[in-house]
Formats: sequence, C-alpha cells, structure tokens
Amino acid sequence: MSDHTAAPMAGDHAVDIDKHVRIYISVFVALMVLTIVTVTVSRFHLPVPIAVTVALLVAIIKGSLVACYFMHLISEKKLIYAVLGLTAAFFVVLLVVPVITVHDGFWIH
Amino acid sequence: MDIPYTVEVRRDTGLTNGKIGIWLFLASEVMLFGALFASYILIRTGAPTWPRGDTMLNVPLATVNTIVLISSSVTMVMAWASLMRNRFGTFRIYMGLTILCGLGFLVIKYFEYSAHFHEGAIPSTNNFLAIYFTLTGLHGLHVLGGMAVNAYFWGPGAKLWKTNPTWFTNRVEHAGLFWHFVDLVWIFLFPTLYLL
Amino acid sequence: MSEPTRPAAVAAPKPHAAHEVHHEELGFWRKYVFSTDHKVIGIQYAVTGLLFLLFGFSLMMLMRWNLAYPGVAVPWLGAILGDSRMPGGTMLPEFYNELGAMHGTIMVFLGVVPLAVGGFGNFVLPLQIGAPDMAFPKINMLSYWCLFLGGITMLASFVIPAGGAAQSGWTSYVPLSDIAGGGQTWWLVGMIFLITSSLLGALNFITTTIQLRAKGLTFMRFPFFVWAQFVTAFLLLLAFPPLEAAGVMQLMDRVAGTSFFLPSGLVVSGQALTNAGGGNPLLWQHLFWFLAHPEVYVLILPAMGIVAEIIANNTRKPLWGYRSMVYSLVFLGFMSFIVWAHHMFMTGMGTAMAAFFQTTTMIISIPSVVILTSLIISLWGGSIRFNTPMLFALAFLPMFGIGGLTGLPLGLNITDIPLHDTYYVIAHFHYVVAPGTIFGLMAGIYYWYPKATGRRMNELLGKIHFAGSLVCMNIVFMPMFIVGLAGVSRRLADGGASYDFAQPVLHWNVWSSWGAWTLGLFQLPFIFNFFWSIWNGEKVTENPWEATTIEWSAPSPPPHGNFLGVPEAYRGPYEYSVPGAPKDFWPQYEV
Repeated sequence: MSDHTAAPMAGDHAVDIDKHVRIYISVFVALMVLTIVTVTVSRFHLPVPIAVTVALLVAIIKGSLVACYFMHLISEKKLIYAVLGLTAAFFVVLLVVPVITVHDGFWIH
Repeated sequence: MDIPYTVEVRRDTGLTNGKIGIWLFLASEVMLFGALFASYILIRTGAPTWPRGDTMLNVPLATVNTIVLISSSVTMVMAWASLMRNRFGTFRIYMGLTILCGLGFLVIKYFEYSAHFHEGAIPSTNNFLAIYFTLTGLHGLHVLGGMAVNAYFWGPGAKLWKTNPTWFTNRVEHAGLFWHFVDLVWIFLFPTLYLL
Repeated sequence: MSEPTRPAAVAAPKPHAAHEVHHEELGFWRKYVFSTDHKVIGIQYAVTGLLFLLFGFSLMMLMRWNLAYPGVAVPWLGAILGDSRMPGGTMLPEFYNELGAMHGTIMVFLGVVPLAVGGFGNFVLPLQIGAPDMAFPKINMLSYWCLFLGGITMLASFVIPAGGAAQSGWTSYVPLSDIAGGGQTWWLVGMIFLITSSLLGALNFITTTIQLRAKGLTFMRFPFFVWAQFVTAFLLLLAFPPLEAAGVMQLMDRVAGTSFFLPSGLVVSGQALTNAGGGNPLLWQHLFWFLAHPEVYVLILPAMGIVAEIIANNTRKPLWGYRSMVYSLVFLGFMSFIVWAHHMFMTGMGTAMAAFFQTTTMIISIPSVVILTSLIISLWGGSIRFNTPMLFALAFLPMFGIGGLTGLPLGLNITDIPLHDTYYVIAHFHYVVAPGTIFGLMAGIYYWYPKATGRRMNELLGKIHFAGSLVCMNIVFMPMFIVGLAGVSRRLADGGASYDFAQPVLHWNVWSSWGAWTLGLFQLPFIFNFFWSIWNGEKVTENPWEATTIEWSAPSPPPHGNFLGVPEAYRGPYEYSVPGAPKDFWPQYEV
C-alpha cells in the first residue's frame, strides 16, 4: 500500500495553493460586500423593472464569482465549457419562451 | 475491475470520469431549478398583483442565512485546499465547519417556516407562498443531501485518504462542486423571493 | 489561474484484460440481481422493458374491445376485474381512461425507453467502444433499481388508491389531473423515480462514451449506434428535469393544496373550488412538452442507431453519408429542445410564437429526412442478406417514413386545427413508435441476442414474427388516419360511436381491434423463441454476423471485463467489401 503521507509536490505546488487560497478569501469578501449591497438597494423599493435588473446583475456577479473561483470554472477544460454552454442555451430558452408564448397568446384569468 | 480514468485524467480530455459526471449532474440541476424559476416568472407576470418579498418574508433572517451559506462555500473550498496541501487535520476542521454551516442554514429555515405556519401562511394560501415554499423546500432538500455527502467524507468515507489520497481529494472536490452549486442557487433565490 | 497539481496518486492502474482480473466469486445475489456489470444491468433493463411492453400492449388490447364493440361485455375478463371497473363486464369510461393513461405512460417510460436506452445502451455501448464497463458501475445499478421502483409504483397505482390509476392521459393535463383520484399522485411519484433513473443513466452514458472509448476510436469512427445513444443521453439529461419540477408542482397542488396550475374561478361538478387560484394550466403544458418533445427523439434515436448497424452489416457496405448522418443527429438533438409548443397550437397561441414553433418544427424534419434517406441509399448496390434482424430493419424505413411524413401537417398550425387530438395524431405517432422504434428494437434483439447468450434465435419463428407483426401493425394504424381525418377525437371510450359524424368510419375501429389482437398473437412466436433459444438455439462464436464493430471481438457472451485483450480501433466502423481485402469485412478492431 502506498504511504498515505506521500509528500506533497515540490515547493511550487504549495505556492500554487496559497495563491488559490488568497483568491478564495478575496472572493469571500466580495460576496459579503455584494450581499450587503443587494439587501441595501432593496430597501429603496425601486420600481420593479429597475429593482429586478439591479438584483439580477448583482446575483450574476456573485454567482460568477462562486462559479469561476470556488468551482474553478475559470480554468476548466473545454469539454466542461461545452456542456455548460449547451445547458445555458437551453436554460435561457426555458426561462424566456414559455412566458413569451403565454403573453403572445390569449389567456383569460 | 478497475475503471480507467477514475483517479488519473484521460490525456485528450484532461478530465477524470468523476469530474465530468458531477458537472453533467449539475447541468441537469440547472434545468431543474431553471424550470422552477421559469414557473415563478410565468406565474408572477400573469398575476394581477404580487406582494413585495419583504412584506411576506423575513429579510434579516434570510440575509443571515445567505452569509451562512456563502461562508460554508468558503470553508468547503478550504477543506479541499487543505487536502491539496496534504493537511488532513485541517481538512477535517473545514469540512466540519461546512457541515455546521449547513446545519445552521437549515435551523434558520426551520424557524422561518415555523413562523409562517404559525401565522397561517402555508403553501396553499396564495401563489407567492406556494412558489416560495416549493423553491426553498427543494433547495433545502439539496442542502440536506449535500450535508449527508459531506458528513460521509468527514466520517466513514475519510478512510480513503489513507489508501488513495488523490481519489479522496477528487471526491471531496466533486462534493464541493455540488455544495457550491447549492450556494449558487441560493444566490439567485434570495433576491428573487425576498428582495423583489 | 491554472489548475494546481494534486497529491501524489497511487500508481494509476493500466487498463487490463479481463482474464487477468482476480475477484472472489460473488454470490448469486451480487452476481445476478444486484450486479454492477453493465451486461447484467442491460439484460435486467431489457427484460423489464419487454415485460412492460407486453403489459402496456395488453392494456390496449382490452381497450380495443370497447372501441370495436362499445358497451358490449368483455368476454371472460369482465368478471375478474370487478364491478367498480367493469360492471356486468362492460367497461366504465373511467376505467377506459385508466387503461389509456397507463398504456401511454407504461409504453413510453417503462417499455420503450428502458429497452432502447437502458437495455441496448447498457449492454452494447461499452462493448462497442471497447470499454470494460460503464464509467460508474454502482450508479448504473442504482439507475436500474430506480426504474424498478418506478415500475412498481405505477403498477401499484392500479390496485391501491381509491379512484384507480392515473386517468388523465399520459400527458396528465391540468386542471383535470390536479383534481383527479388517488392514482395520479402515485403516477407523479412513479415519474420521479423514472426520471431519476434516466438522469443517472444519462450521465453515465455520456461520461463513458467520452472517457472509456478504446485507443484509436475517435468520435468520427464511432458506430452510428454510439452516436445515437450519446445524443439521446443529452436529451434525457437536460430535458427531463423540467418535467420533474412540474411533477413536484403538481404534487404540491394535489397534496399541499397549492394552485400552481389551477386558475381562479374553477367550478367542478357544479361546485366552485376553494383553492387560492391564480395558477396557469399552460405552465404544466410548457414544462411537460419541454420534456416530452425531446422524449420522442429519445424514443426514435436508439432505434435509428440499431437499424444503421444492421443495414451496414447486412448490405456488406459502409453506410452512405455517415458524416452527414452524424451531423444531422447532433443538429436534430439540439433542435428538439425548441419545437415543443407544436403540441400546443390549440391553446390560444398568438401568431408570432406559432410562427416560431412552426418554423423550428419544419426545420427539424430536415435532419430526420437526411438520416432516413442515407439509410435507404445505403441499400443501393448492397449484397443484402434477408435475415430476421435485416427484415425488421428494412421495414423500419418505410414505416418511419409514413410516421414522419404524416407528422408534417401536425407541425403546421393551420393544418393542425382539424387534426389536433384526433385519431390522425394517434396514427402518426404510433407509426413512428410501433412499426418504427419497436421494429428497430426487435431487429436489435435478434441481432445482439447471440452476443448476449452465445446462441442464435430461430430464423423461421423470427420471420413469422416479422411478417405477422408488419401486416398487423398496418391493419391497426393505417385506418386510424381515415378515422382521424373524419374528425373522431382520441381518448373516447366508445371510439366515437356516440357521434353522428363518426358513424361512416366506425367500422374501421373493428379492423384496428382485430389487427391489434392478431398482432398480440404474432408476438407469441417471439416470446417462445426468446426463451427457447437460450437453451436450444444454434451456438455461435464471437462474430456470427461477420460484423466490423468492436463488440464482435468479445466472446459470446462476454466475461466480466468484456475483452480477452485490450481493444484498439484501427479504422472506421463499416469497412465492408474493401477492394483488395481478403474477406468482405475488415473489422475495426483487427490490426
């Protein structure tokens, strides 16, 4: 059986991780700040279309930070990007087409 | 028999089987929550009136929950980073914190739900509450599932570190991807339901 | 930021040959019941699928009595099924609806998909790409047992709750399904098991195809069957979750009293409902069809894959237009996600979105035509061997052609107006699925049976099965075009007998019914053959069909681990009749 205390790779491996950890902390701080921002903005009770746009924008930034850095998407392989790209396209279709279809049609509540 | 590329990556894709598997699973989860968000959009735009989130729900409590969940994402990725640095003890601590944060999230949700039920605000009351309970309920189930997986890797599953540390590290990474996804869903759920 | 290096791995295991593997002998339960071997799981799926196909078909044979002879007591069965369903032996309309909803559900989700994807996909795919098993064998086993639980739930719904099994069509349209009897809840729970099974299977297939293919097996050297399963897996992965979400919402409506799909002001049997209202029935339809349209491609693609393999093998020629077939397949898969509302033209859709969906629907017919035409052209100049698999594969071509062409008027909203929800629709989709897909699956069973069992099925019985099935399928479904064009709606317990306008075409119902019962009789030689041949079929070695794809290099049946050596692909999948070669086939796996 291999020795479970197999030594980590040479020095640059540990440095590599240190760089990652620094990024994780920065992302954490950014996420906290953005959370406070989005809650504060909501208290102004902006008109719905503007409120939705701002909230969505902030959520997209937060989500991107989690995806890119915590989930390492920023350095992922092409295959994963391809799968996620396809998924994103169908996600948009699902979010947008039914509501457009219903509102383009006749439906009496 | 041993399946190739379980632990080592395949050269032309640069990926292990597990990494592809978990991302495919997450892709399906995007479509699952996407359908619920699409339903929210359709129901809300078709409704003559729709209450503002803060008139129906407890924003301060949910903000705390948001902070709890984001923190748990950090501890989760730190748990994986600890394994990469060959520090099993530190991994145990961070993973334990992640599980505790998940528990905290669910406890706060329990208090939220209880308060609603107490006032007679149940799913059948109106469509706002219906979609609120369904979305947060399904999300809560995912938190529970993630916690179970994390608890497995914190506890009995940790034996694998001794026999195959790379495989264990990869599996923790995959569990982390699921956990981050749960956090990601909440990042969109929170403003949608509570702030708009 | 770049990807950090990982802790030292244990020495990576090299792919090794099956005979080098040393295992303790597994007990009966781990070897044959709770197995993680893709071949065992594939056979479990296939047998389960076939049993459910038989059961679902039996439901229809019962329904067809009332369609041919409305109000007449059913011979023999009336007494067994009791007064709550068949008082005095005559079928209650509510029971007819149960049979109808469950026939559709069972055939699609418990019959065809488990056989086509779970059965053929699981058994053949790893062998065809030269893999030792699926990427995630334990998840594979889990996916089968999810299917099993889903099947039990669906069957239980017939006997357990008050009000009978689901009765709102396989489409479970709201608000009817929201307020229907107890069996509908079981249907929803069953669907959640089945969807989970498919999702787990899909991610396994995709990962396996990409990662575990043999050395030298590039994507454009894949057998067409592999491509078909690969695209199908993506359809399952991304299209099923919205139906799962919709199922959860319908469960909430039924169990928690929500109004996701219940509009305000609904009155049932003279009583106003007391729910909150504000829901939208169209929401269910959008989410349902978002899955159910790609689902029909899930139903046809594996069969196209099977037919392609068998045609190449039995014409002793490469497939014509392989590359365009592959591109068409991928394009078809993508388009299948943006056509769904052609099932909803009659819901008050506006002209803009109707135009959108008609356009995408017309566009999606192009890749189907490319694939069908390529398969037909592949026959030209071939040395055709008319064995049983080839007969089924050949019949698939015109039958799918009829099914596909008759879909066109349904895909244009103006011509859909008189045809929507009539027997024309039933005829259209059954042509594609019954003498279409099911013929493809039958072809596949006769073709790969020797690989799975080491024995051939009997050819004479096979030809009888084929001839009888082909004739009867057409007797059942061709008249339905006439009945539908006359305006008779689907899902009528008496087949239209209570309508004056239907009287001139009602006699066709009798033809369809007798065709169906005779079709049932012609399955008996197949059922007998399937079991008899396990012990008495002519024994074969690895490659009885003299085929070129990698699965034919494994022993028949393959051992755990599949191959005696480590397979490698040296050329394309259909190198038949290569000029100057010693044999009329040059296998992909031979140096």
